[in-house]
Amino acid sequence: MSTSTAVSLQASLLELIRKTSSDLPKDVVNAVQAAKSTEEDGSNAAYALDVISCNVDMARDASQPICQDTGTIIFNVHTPVGYDQIIFEETAIEAVKEATEKGYLRQNSVDSVTGKNSGNNIGPGSPIFHFHQWRKDYVDVRLMLKGGGCENVGAQFSLPHPKLGGRDMKGVENAILEAVLLAQGKGCGPGILGVCIGGDRASGYSFSKEQLLRTLDDTNKDEELGALEERIMEKANKSGIGPMGFGGNNTLLGCKVGKQNRVPASFYVSISYMCWAFRRQGVTLDAEGAINEWLY
Amino acid sequence: MAVVELSTPATEEQIRALKVGDTVEITGLLYTGRDAVHHRLHNGEKPPVDLNGMIIYHCGPVMVEENGGYVCKAAGPTTSIREEPYQWEVMRDHGIRGVIGKGGMGPKTLAACQEYGCCYFHAIGGAAQVCADRIEKVLGVDWMDLGSPEAIWHLQVVKFPVIVTMDSHGGSLHKEVQESSADVLNSFM
Repeated sequence: MSTSTAVSLQASLLELIRKTSSDLPKDVVNAVQAAKSTEEDGSNAAYALDVISCNVDMARDASQPICQDTGTIIFNVHTPVGYDQIIFEETAIEAVKEATEKGYLRQNSVDSVTGKNSGNNIGPGSPIFHFHQWRKDYVDVRLMLKGGGCENVGAQFSLPHPKLGGRDMKGVENAILEAVLLAQGKGCGPGILGVCIGGDRASGYSFSKEQLLRTLDDTNKDEELGALEERIMEKANKSGIGPMGFGGNNTLLGCKVGKQNRVPASFYVSISYMCWAFRRQGVTLDAEGAINEWLY
Repeated sequence: MAVVELSTPATEEQIRALKVGDTVEITGLLYTGRDAVHHRLHNGEKPPVDLNGMIIYHCGPVMVEENGGYVCKAAGPTTSIREEPYQWEVMRDHGIRGVIGKGGMGPKTLAACQEYGCCYFHAIGGAAQVCADRIEKVLGVDWMDLGSPEAIWHLQVVKFPVIVTMDSHGGSLHKEVQESSADVLNSFM
């Protein structure tokens, strides 16, 4: 990679971070608007959604973080064969440092033993990179900033389970509903679920987060999983947990389910909860590292 | 929706008048304090500020240094339940009149609200710009060695918007919603 390409790449990644932190993707904005119309006037739920809506506009207009917890920084990157992923990673780290100085990101990387904050979001495991090669000739970068409040309420269940049931779709459905019940207002609702049926403990959680890269208005290619998504939405929204756990009709804005093969002995259901402040943006880059297209 | 105006420092009488569901706007000084601050207070360290009559805000803001001072770029609430082991003690020992956070707190804090005359105020989680907009000035900071998100920030706020979700009479919206939603979801299983 030439020096000028690296400079351009850093500028593109800084812009991706700025937009991800401050500008909620269109599909999520639409879902928040739709939710607003279904809450009773004057209710706490309607109040919460009004404040959320106002906050979304203010963050976009001021280029400031939608939420102060700018979260775990997760890059999902597809690159052509032969692309230098090491330079990409080094450049992204510089972009993260710059974004932290500018206040697009909070100082969010803490040594787990000493408690010392690195001050620039860089440290072991931060940021996170998931690289994939593909046969296409361009780079696709998707960034998620996942806040701690919503990450804390993720859950993984092993079936069979005494309360949730066996290794079938009913057991899976119950596991997801149990996660909704446990999350209550702690992950800022209305939330969005990414779910993986199967995999091992690590790949299950990882794939559940990958589901969150789908737009809220897409349709699952797998009919059975699509039907499960619909059932979860219907039942969770009848729970009355509502926005922020204040009570109301909107507990979830979306549910996206995928599956991975498992070994015969294991059956995990892994659930990643994303808050309404669903910070996800993506770009494709041209050969010079400039932004070609925004993906959400 | 009627709005109650509240200033800090607050009196026990003012707090006792509040009920679950009240919309409140807080004006005055707030101190942020989250996980590490509560842990320190629990370990017996003396707070660097007088907490009497004050409200602690569970918040780790985004602060940027500008012109020799700090400017707050984002300041929504963090999840409060992590302070459940400590909060009752801070209410007992330091004379605070309430906390602001999100997600609600548990039975120990609810009992302490009743006993010592405190409220749990719920800010809208994730709404970091709406909250930051009501911060007029960052007046100072203590315990910066904990790192910026964990430090005690002194925030001058005007009409900071919250809802009372746990009051000093044993009322808790969180307890109600938890019970009713468990009934519904368990019936689907």
